Amino acid sequence: MNWHRVGVVARTDLKQLIQARDFWLPMVVLGAIFFLAIPTILLLAVTQVTDANIVEQLSSTLDVLPARARAGIPATTPVGRSSYALAVFLLAPVAVVVPLTICTAVGAATLVGERERGTGEFLAHSPAGVREIYLGKLIASLIPGYATTLVGFGVYSLVVNLLVGPHVGGWFFPTRQWWVLMLWVVPPFLAFTLSLVLRLSARVKSTAAAQQASGLVTLPLILVAYSQSTGALFGAERLGVAIGAVAWVVAALALSRGMRAVSRARLLGVADGI
Amino acid sequence: MTALDASSDAPPSDAGRSVPSVVRLDGVRRRFGSVEALAGLDLDVPHGGITVLLGPNGAGKTTAIRVITGALDPDAGRVSVFGLDPSEEGEAVRRRCGVVSAKPALYDRLSGFDNLAYSAELHGFDRGARMDERIREAAARFGIEAALAQQVGGYSTGMKTRLALARSILHEPELLLFDEPTSGLDPESSHAVLELIHAMPAEGVTVVMCTHLLLEAEGLSDQVVVLEDGATLLAGTPEGLTRRFWPAAVVRLAAEVPATLEAVRDLPGVRAYAPGNPATVELDDAARIPDVVLGLAARGVRLTRVEPHTPSLEDLYFAVRAGRTGPAGEAGAAA
Repeated sequence: MNWHRVGVVARTDLKQLIQARDFWLPMVVLGAIFFLAIPTILLLAVTQVTDANIVEQLSSTLDVLPARARAGIPATTPVGRSSYALAVFLLAPVAVVVPLTICTAVGAATLVGERERGTGEFLAHSPAGVREIYLGKLIASLIPGYATTLVGFGVYSLVVNLLVGPHVGGWFFPTRQWWVLMLWVVPPFLAFTLSLVLRLSARVKSTAAAQQASGLVTLPLILVAYSQSTGALFGAERLGVAIGAVAWVVAALALSRGMRAVSRARLLGVADGI
Repeated sequence: MTALDASSDAPPSDAGRSVPSVVRLDGVRRRFGSVEALAGLDLDVPHGGITVLLGPNGAGKTTAIRVITGALDPDAGRVSVFGLDPSEEGEAVRRRCGVVSAKPALYDRLSGFDNLAYSAELHGFDRGARMDERIREAAARFGIEAALAQQVGGYSTGMKTRLALARSILHEPELLLFDEPTSGLDPESSHAVLELIHAMPAEGVTVVMCTHLLLEAEGLSDQVVVLEDGATLLAGTPEGLTRRFWPAAVVRLAAEVPATLEAVRDLPGVRAYAPGNPATVELDDAARIPDVVLGLAARGVRLTRVEPHTPSLEDLYFAVRAGRTGPAGEAGAAA
């Protein structure tokens, strides 16, 4: 394995994405909606409510949370408890939906796109190994979604601390569970999803078909990732670490199998079934 | 169908010995589903010079190139490139090859420079002044240097082909494989591209070029390999093949009174005469032509045209394809 070539493939793919405004503009909008607009509106709504009855009702909804999660809420006022719970526990899907959506969109087009543009011929005749091409494209598909998520996470942290912080005694976000979620749990889910998406991209006939099929594959994965992420947040720190560890093992196996899906014949579009 | 032995007409070296093969394919077969793209292809590409793979669409030219670089593995047969098996040592083979495919295979969203840099880095160049210099040299050679900063999406077809050619030579390959490099180009650009290809063997590079355009191969090829249905129909130097099919010299004669040309039958060295204006005369040697002109003049024939005729590659191609039996008796086997 020549890691220099892996990096070259990844960097070149990323350069092409940066050149494509029609790609990254929706990506930025998606991140802004999920990490900025929705949290701001929801948290403003909760923290600015003045009707005591509504606040009380909101606070009572926290009963659905596990006892351990409820015990971890530092605030004592109903507004503080509600907004804290919303920020820490209920917006977890934000951290999952955004990177999975973006990574799927990029990954689905990556291999079949080479074939459609005819550039698969160039790669097939190049000295790069198919594993190097696969890993380069995996990295190039992973980075936009994950980078958007990390930047969005920073923005989200700012919004949460500015809006909820005053009600819970100061800045508190990210919590330790969120750090574990973002740095340990989300990446293997992305890698696993991409391993499936790239396998599809190597096998189908067109980018449109790859995106259709990827959508079907990633929808249940988003649900699984969401439930596991939520569990990682609700449970003790060690639970998040354990979920992440299992996810990494599954992702490594899936990536190893995914490498076999790429071949020079598939880059050329002459493999049986293409 | 039996392929003729390519080595019989292989270009000799200066010392008169056979030049070692850069590429050798023996009985290579490759099937795509129910279609047999290569059906026992034999190919021998000597070092240096230009070998032209000639054949109609679907003859197996592109598949042959893909097998040579190891982009595709053969189902059967033996492939040797630089003495290596591309299926086993593909990276080592591809490092020494430069390929221009029928479509330029460029990244439209990248600049010309970035396209070249991508290839250079995959071939092991480190980013830096040396790589940049090499890129500019290659681009300058094909007259595309001024457009390197532009996105390739804005290039014309001719510019894209030039960039693809520049990309193919960046890493100073020993073997260049061109698959219909003038496809989609206007005549002027085609001519320029062929001129550039023509100059490459002078640097010790071996060139294999696929085309279905006979005019392209004319004057460019040191060796011609005619493919049909995935197998070699005929191989050899253009001169050797022409001699094999037309061992006699041919001259076309026109006269003020065409009937007087009949007198040529009585002249020494004349093998055959086909009346007409011009009439076609086959001689045992081209050196007889001045004698024929003098002989006819002495018999009162007033010639208006004397045209020694060299059969073109097109003549050869159609003769082979039509299954013409050559005077040497070999074409029947070939066709």
